[in-house]
Amino acid sequence: MHTVFIIGTGTTPVAEHYTRTLTDLALEAFSAALQEVAPAVAPPDIGALYVANALGEALAGQSQLGAFLATATGLAGIEALRVEAAGASGGVALRQAAMAIMAGVHDLVAVIGVEKVTDKLDPEVEAGLALATDSDFEAEQGLTLTAQWALLMRRYMHEYGYMADAFAPFPVNAHANAASNPGALYRFAINADKYRKAGQVASPLNMLDCSSLADGAAVLLLASERRARELGLPTIQIAASALATDTHALHARRDLLWLDAVQQSATTALRQANLTHADIDVLELTDPHGIAAALALEASGFVERGTAPRHAADGGITPTGATPLATGGGYKARGDIGGASGVYQVVELVRQLRGTAGAAQVKDAQVAFAQCLGGVGATAVTHILVNTER
Amino acid sequence: MDLAKHWRQKAARYRLEGQRHRVTGDVRFPAQPAIPGEDTDVWEPFVFSGQGEIYSFAVLRQAATGFEQIGPYPVALVKLVEGPLVSAQLTDCAEADLAIGQPVEMVTRRLKDMGEDGLLVYGYKFRPVLR
Repeated sequence: MHTVFIIGTGTTPVAEHYTRTLTDLALEAFSAALQEVAPAVAPPDIGALYVANALGEALAGQSQLGAFLATATGLAGIEALRVEAAGASGGVALRQAAMAIMAGVHDLVAVIGVEKVTDKLDPEVEAGLALATDSDFEAEQGLTLTAQWALLMRRYMHEYGYMADAFAPFPVNAHANAASNPGALYRFAINADKYRKAGQVASPLNMLDCSSLADGAAVLLLASERRARELGLPTIQIAASALATDTHALHARRDLLWLDAVQQSATTALRQANLTHADIDVLELTDPHGIAAALALEASGFVERGTAPRHAADGGITPTGATPLATGGGYKARGDIGGASGVYQVVELVRQLRGTAGAAQVKDAQVAFAQCLGGVGATAVTHILVNTER
Repeated sequence: MDLAKHWRQKAARYRLEGQRHRVTGDVRFPAQPAIPGEDTDVWEPFVFSGQGEIYSFAVLRQAATGFEQIGPYPVALVKLVEGPLVSAQLTDCAEADLAIGQPVEMVTRRLKDMGEDGLLVYGYKFRPVLR
């Protein structure tokens, strides 16, 4: 099996890009990634294109995005496909692309995560996100993805004895980190007092504990180890990649406060990389709400069940903590870019491993953990990245 | 207009019909097809009592298309007395009155209005048990 390296990255700012199309966004991020690796790599070197996108049909009115973006990026004719796994699309596309290299089918490929959501009004966006729930028995009952997380948060508070504001440290950390990320949607700090006073969105979830969906694109260029060395770009290795699945519907799960697929993908990834939790220097999780980050930290094995809010309150998730989280702002403050989020996560971690993450840089970061979820963990993908040169 | 999509669910929506395992007696909601390796008739229809309690709840102020008119509205995971959890809206209640563990019962209500030329979708909701 071939070893896979990340050789180039590019992103657009996360924003409400009203003047720009899905193609414009994909092109900007793709061009930025190409610029990083020029002149060693040029478009004809790219063997295949994997497009991560969750909501193309529902919100952007476009399908078959593989061929669509291959043409738009000047790669017309190459193997190209779109990968959809709701919010996990980015991680799944990365895994598909990495597997093509592992298998020796391609030795240099591109992943474009792109989402265009702001052409639609809120109810349509909510309905689009609710496609990640069980259609007949959750969405048709009026539940949304946010509702699912809210139901878990209320139960978590009940079982472990927390008030809602125990979750404030998650968005407070995300916003603090986003303040120095020029590509983040919300570049300002918040505090626990503002959290307490925020209006309800899906009680107990309030406005400062809910991410906003926005437009953007992020790109990764991957190469086999041999190719990366030829190009002189062998730095960030994908040391593990693991995907697991669970039920869409919350009501179908035996233990609602334990994300089985998260546990499975995290455990498998750590085993593949032959690493332990203590080796991980920096993390990206699916954290649109504090409860989401908390459940993922627990099921991934970083903290004990029922303790994640205390861990966060003790500073555990800040850039100097034991599990630095959302250093680019996370879903909450960088913005939730739907199916592109999983690609943005990895770009942020590559910045961390290169030591170019600015104010939110984790000191001497060498091993990073990226995990993204579709729905409430119906799909969970974990990647572990290692800087082999520092 | 999704006519057949909603009609197919009539047993679940109007009667809260799920399934019981003929051998183990396990019950589940909603009904599902047998998976490969199971006898196709090992799960038989089973109508739930409609009695349960609130396992968790949330009040939604941002609704999806088709539900904008009814907001804000409460949704819940209801633990049926027979065991399974059901995702459903709550009705006939105020947010301040809701609590985990509160007894609720199934009622049939309008779920969704799909517009002038669309369907009115009815189905189960749950309300606090009347004392």
